Amino acid sequence: MNLTHMSAGLALSAALGTTAFAEDLKIGMVVTLSGPPAALGQQIVDGFQLALDEKGGMLGGQKVELIVEDDELKPDVALLKATSLVERDEVDFVVGTVFSNMLAAIFKPIVQSETFLISPNAGPSTFAGKNCNPYFFATSYQNNQNAEVSGMIANAQGFESIFAMVPNYQAGRDNMDGFKQTFEGTVTDEVFTPLGHQDFSAELARISTSDADALFTFMPGGMGVRLVKQFDNAGLSENMKFMSVFTTDETTLPGQQDAAVGFLAAGTWAPDMPNEANTAFVAAFEAKYGYIPGSYAMQAYDTASLIDSAVAKTGGDVSDKDAVRAALKEADFTSLRGDFAFNNNHYPVQDFQMLNVVKREDGKFHTSFVSTIVEDYADSFHQDCEM
Amino acid sequence: MSLSLFLILCLNGLQYGVLLFLIAAGLTLVFGVMGFINLAHGVQYMVGAYLAFAYVQLTGSFMLAVFLSLGTALVFGLLLEYLVFRHLYGRSHLDQVLATFGIIIFLNELAKVLFGPATLTIAPPDFLSGSIQLTETLRYPVYRFATIVAGLAVALGLFFIVSYTRIGMLIRAGATTPEMVSALGVNIQRLFMIVFGVGAMLAGFAGVIAAPIFAIEPGMGDNILIVAFVVIIIGGIGSIGGAFVAALLVGLIDTLGRSLATTALSVVFDASFANQVGPALASMLIYILMATILVVRPKGLLPAKGVAP
Repeated sequence: MNLTHMSAGLALSAALGTTAFAEDLKIGMVVTLSGPPAALGQQIVDGFQLALDEKGGMLGGQKVELIVEDDELKPDVALLKATSLVERDEVDFVVGTVFSNMLAAIFKPIVQSETFLISPNAGPSTFAGKNCNPYFFATSYQNNQNAEVSGMIANAQGFESIFAMVPNYQAGRDNMDGFKQTFEGTVTDEVFTPLGHQDFSAELARISTSDADALFTFMPGGMGVRLVKQFDNAGLSENMKFMSVFTTDETTLPGQQDAAVGFLAAGTWAPDMPNEANTAFVAAFEAKYGYIPGSYAMQAYDTASLIDSAVAKTGGDVSDKDAVRAALKEADFTSLRGDFAFNNNHYPVQDFQMLNVVKREDGKFHTSFVSTIVEDYADSFHQDCEM
Repeated sequence: MSLSLFLILCLNGLQYGVLLFLIAAGLTLVFGVMGFINLAHGVQYMVGAYLAFAYVQLTGSFMLAVFLSLGTALVFGLLLEYLVFRHLYGRSHLDQVLATFGIIIFLNELAKVLFGPATLTIAPPDFLSGSIQLTETLRYPVYRFATIVAGLAVALGLFFIVSYTRIGMLIRAGATTPEMVSALGVNIQRLFMIVFGVGAMLAGFAGVIAAPIFAIEPGMGDNILIVAFVVIIIGGIGSIGGAFVAALLVGLIDTLGRSLATTALSVVFDASFANQVGPALASMLIYILMATILVVRPKGLLPAKGVAP
């Protein structure tokens, strides 16, 4: 071996050494950034980035390297991206996903590599019960909860009969079941539409002859825009109430506009939630990105705050997994929602609110906090979780 | 099921059918006259909707936007023909499918880049908004009536042009024996271009009038393209009359099926089974119809003249 080779070898080991001991915190993000649902993923990226920027690109005193991947709403793509994040990039945390089926796709390889997976939105029942995992946290909610709270809202509003309509797929059926679980009146009709439904006229005709007090629905994205517009066009807004989950939110309101004003929704948060941290967040977000943040952005911001608090607690050392987990579990950060704690299954215990849609003075639309429906609400799967 | 609910469903079916006809008319001519498979025809529908959105933003007037969009959709169709499709007429169907599929992907992404991924809407013009009280509990939006009238008027105009004008005669002749028409000294290239441009404009028009009812989003033309193919197969390829009858048939069956399938099933089976199977069955109905018609009349309901039935 000659001298050049030796010095090259030295340089190489030195280079390897620096990467191994680099203080940078690596965070991988897997969200949907293509197709119509890209708006949701974009909110998550923006919300997380805002938190990072406010903290000078550092979380818990560590410089953060953020790697954003698009899952294209395809399970195989999500799996590929997630695997490369944990194996090639060796990230410390993975933040994702928007959709529950994407979470199911990436879950196993990430938690098996003992990397922490934090969901800023998807909260399927699958990982809340007996399949809960020490390496998985959700900062959003458990999927069934919003529909369950909608049932409580219907009770509180004194609705006796409800026309329920959801798309014909797993999340649709979950929301239908969640609503029926807590609603005490009668559900006059249960209608399942195709996913991506275009023309609701036939359903609206049935709704108008049903004599129900209100419509309960779950129509995320474009379906929600079409339904709300057509509901309003058919003149139904005058005769019955419209209550929903994930149908009239900040991602769809720019399309629905006046047609959605006054519609009720269940959620954990609205842009006008009266607390100091939230007011500052919404103002900063709008100034930076030019649109009103939705719950997706809020949850992403909270996720960044959570990681910040946990890394600070462990003094920047993320190699001791048990210490990091304990620090995450404490949830010692200021949530934009107000009270926030983790249950034994690492899903949040939090307040749920009744929201309605309002038009702001500058002509923009957002959901608005009306009242708290249930406090410290835990999901109904946590007792099956042994961890 | 009350009579007035049934009436509303029929109106909705008619409205959907008219929309389908506007799209299928261009598709059936392009396919029939030129033997050209244009998967990108559905994209013209999306282009129309986005054009309407852009022009409404620009001018503030819906009616003005309609006419500007029509003009732009025509120019856009001609441009696509000149730049891309013209070079594919002599190629195999597989090449045509590949190229036009590429255009779908490109334009869907372009729409996303220009207008963002979020779903957009435009409001119907003031004099067409609001709804008519049909019965005590049922109302019907004025705008939907207007789309039915506009669609039927276009259908009538198209029927007149195809049946009674020289260009219509050439199109009909081109649909059955293009070689002969070309041998008689007709500039078939120009005929193709006209057919293509008008077809694109009709699909664009469908997109424009659909924009206030449905939402505008990238990829909105993809699903309706499949239904449009079903329509032209049922009606008979190259036949305007066939496309009209088939479009109304598909519109009515699809709309009525979606409302009635679950109800009908729940008479025989229990409610949860009906809820599971009903929606699935309803979305299959038009394909079952297509399969049946292909068995009984392989050339479609009203095949273009000269095509053996």
